[in-house]
Parts: sequence; C-alpha cells; structure tokens
Amino acid sequence: MANYSVLLVAALIVISLPVLTLFIITPLVRAAGGGKVKLEPYECGIPATSEAIDHRFSVRYFLIAVLFIVFDVETVFLFPWAIRFKQLGWFGAIEMAVFLAILIVGYVYAWKRKVLSWV
Amino acid sequence: MPEPLMRYLIWPLVKFLVAFLIVQVIVAAMNYIERRLLGLMQARLGPNRVGNEVFEKITPRSLHRFIPGGLLQIIADPIKFILKEDIVPSSSEKVAYFLGPMLPLIPAFLVFCLIPYGPPPTFVVTHVNVGLLLILALTSTGVYGIILGGWASNNKYSLMGGLRSAAQMVSYEVPFGLSIVGVLMLCGSFDLVRIINYQADHIWNLFPQLIAAFIFLVAMNAENNRTPFDLPEAESELVAGYHTEYSAMKFAFFMLAEYSSMIVNCCLMVSLFFGGWTLAINGYGLTTGVLRGWGLAGGILGAVIFISKVMLFMLMYIWFRATFPRFRFDQLMDLGWKWMIPLALANIAVTAVVVLLGLQFNFQGEVVLSIAGAAIIAFTLFLLLRPRAKVIHARRVSEA
Repeated sequence: MANYSVLLVAALIVISLPVLTLFIITPLVRAAGGGKVKLEPYECGIPATSEAIDHRFSVRYFLIAVLFIVFDVETVFLFPWAIRFKQLGWFGAIEMAVFLAILIVGYVYAWKRKVLSWV
Repeated sequence: MPEPLMRYLIWPLVKFLVAFLIVQVIVAAMNYIERRLLGLMQARLGPNRVGNEVFEKITPRSLHRFIPGGLLQIIADPIKFILKEDIVPSSSEKVAYFLGPMLPLIPAFLVFCLIPYGPPPTFVVTHVNVGLLLILALTSTGVYGIILGGWASNNKYSLMGGLRSAAQMVSYEVPFGLSIVGVLMLCGSFDLVRIINYQADHIWNLFPQLIAAFIFLVAMNAENNRTPFDLPEAESELVAGYHTEYSAMKFAFFMLAEYSSMIVNCCLMVSLFFGGWTLAINGYGLTTGVLRGWGLAGGILGAVIFISKVMLFMLMYIWFRATFPRFRFDQLMDLGWKWMIPLALANIAVTAVVVLLGLQFNFQGEVVLSIAGAAIIAFTLFLLLRPRAKVIHARRVSEA
C-alpha cells in the first residue's frame, strides 16, 4: 500500500495547480473583462434567441451511453480473466466464450434494431 | 528523516515533479512543433518570427541558420494565455463552467505518477502492480470535464460539441479497453514494468497483437479528439466545439489536458506494443538487465529510448492531422461500434485459441501469432513500397 501514498500527495499538488493559476495568479495580471455584449453566448454575432440548455438533443446519445455501460462492464470482466488466462486454460476460455456469447446476442439485437447506426 | 518516508513519499514525489516538468516542456514544445510541421506539410511557414532577434543577438552569426525561426513562441504562448482577459458568459452555470477545464487536467497530470520511464527502480515513480488499470481508470475520467464545460457554457455550439465528444470518447473507450486485453493475455500482468520486460524477453507485442495495436492506434486518436476524429472541434460546423466560450487560462487548461493525455496515450502505446525503454528481441539487446548493469548511464539511455519512441508517436498525431480529412459523425460511430468492437473481440478469441492450442500441443502460440503479424506487416509494406506501374501516372495525367 505504501506505493500508493505518493499518488495522494501528487493528487493534492495536481489539484492545487489549476486552482492556484485560475483563482490567484491570473486575476492579478490579466486584462479586465469586457462589457455586456461580450458576455453574451457566442452565436455568430447575432443575439442568442434561446438558452442552449432548453434545447432537446438526439436520443441516440442516451442509447450510446447505455450501450457503453454494458460493454465497459464486459471489458472490466475480461481484464481479470486475461491476467489468469494461461492458468485457467480451456475451462476459463469456454466460460468466457459463454459470457461473451450472451453479450453478443444483445449486440446483434441492438445492431438489427439499428441502434448502432446513426441517422 | 525516517527511511520509509524517504523511500515511499519524498523520493517518488521528486521523481514525479521532474517527470511532470519534462512533460510540460514537451507539451509546450509540441504546440510549437505541431504548428511548424503542419506549416511545412501544407507548404506554408507557420510561426517563424517570435524570438528571432533575441537569438540573432546572443548567438554567433555562423549558427543562425541552424536555429529554427520562432522558437520563443513556446514561451510567448503561455504568457499570452495568462495575460488575456477572462470572459465568463453571463448565462453560463458558473460552478460547472469553472470545473469544466479543471477536471480533465487533474487525471491527465496524475497519470504521470504511474508511467515507467526507464528501468526500475530509479526511473519508475511508484511501482504499482495494477498500474495499467489505474491509468485506464484515470484517463477515462477526462470526458467529465468536456461534457460539463460544454453544457455549462450554455451555448448551442458548446453543447453539441460536448455531447459529440462524450459520445465519441465513450464509444472508443470500449475498443481501447478490449485491445489491451490481448496484451494482458500474453503478458499476464497489469504491471507496466512486467509487460515491458516480457516484450524484451520475447518480442514487441506489436507482432503477436498487430490487430490490437491497430485498434489501439485508432482508438487513441478518437479518445483525444484528434484528426481524423476531431468532430467535437469541427470548426466548419461547431465553431470550436466544447471550448467555444472558453478564453485565456481556462482554454489553456483544455489544451494542456488534451496534449498531456496525448502523451499519456503515446506512453501507453510504447509500453504496451513497442517495448517501452528496451530495445531487445528474445532477451538479446538492450534489456532491462543490461541497462541496469550500466548503472545511471544505462537508466538515462533507457529513458531516452522511451522518450524518443513517445515523440515518434506524437509526430504521428501531427502527421495524421496534416494528412487525413475529417470523418462524418455517423461514419465515426459506425467505425467504432460496427468495426472496432467486433475486430477487438475476434482478436481476443484468436489469441485465446492459438495460445491454448499451443499449451495443449506443446508449441509456442505467441510465435505463431508473431509470424502472422509479421507477415501482415510485410505484405502491407510490400503493397505500399512496390514499384508503381506507369498506369498510375497515366491516370494522374488524365485526371489533371
């Protein structure tokens, strides 16, 4: 565990770096901020007609997020198997093949339902 | 000072700070090198003025033509970032807007604790036996800052850019992880030092895991939003993507995080597939043992080899940026979900079957995979380098 101690201290240093620059160093030296027009959200020069946050966006982003969770969990399960792969031998390989097969059924289903194709 | 404190905290911390400083210098230099190289590749000049007068005064005349123009751009850029006025859009979500650029910076910097730069123990900051897992965990948090910043800006372009970036990074996270599984199966460890030593004792993982290396290369370009996958920043449609509303130091943070994670990914590429700091095949050549035998000089040589390999991959990023046109978003998603993931799974299956058959029938599965990989590389090189027939020239003429 002692090997991890430096990570904690380094994390403190690394967190303090952007905080120091953004809130202490740059306010001392930078130019003063501009007026009302400059602080409007950028929309190619015309005044913004609506708030961006109020707009809806494509449902496909959510589908991608859900699919990602499934596949990332799969990857996480693959990692420990890969480490002990040679010791587990055929038994482990077939177990993993069954696990992947279940996932691939879902993958093929998603493909057929055109979840994977954008537009 | 007590000995364990020195050994586990002070000494690693010093090493981390040195590595961190070197990386920051490389990041600053990359910014200049990238613009100069892009200029050269696109038949224009790039930044070639800043600091020329200074160098002309302090160096003898005979050296002038060896000094590249615009070297002080490296220093001028950060100064300008600090001095520029700091704009916080009036309609933004203030807390999230400030968190946006700071969040990706922290993991991108922290990862440099975990990368082995040279033969252990001197050139490894801290020896963690699940180093690779920790690096993957840290680098995958980079997406939070981008989506948070894109959303908090309350700008339509930023929101679109942030969403696209999140979808893209998340999609390519999967092939990125799956391509590493093949390497883990051969090496049997999460410890980057052991993975590198394995490669020195056998062969670069590039050969037995060629497909994985290719997937890793594509995925690391997509993870960092670099051309040809730089859709979040597609300026023709999204202005500047998720950092449209960011200026001055906050914009610089996004840049720093991007370039730092580029270096991290190059370090991973070199450690996983190109033998890290070693230059050896089958235990012959500059292995860890040989380098250690030469003491500090060997260690420095190892670190130099490592950094040179990393810089080659950094140059490849720039080369790609100058060469490839940008993907369309549906093409990007198709490539990720319909090609990269099945390919990565097939690679795992083939690796598993060949290695297990090797264990059963007493042959070296890794050697079979290496020969197959080398054959593919040789065939690709043959296709690329074969003498061109005259027909091609004729077609070019007819096109013109």
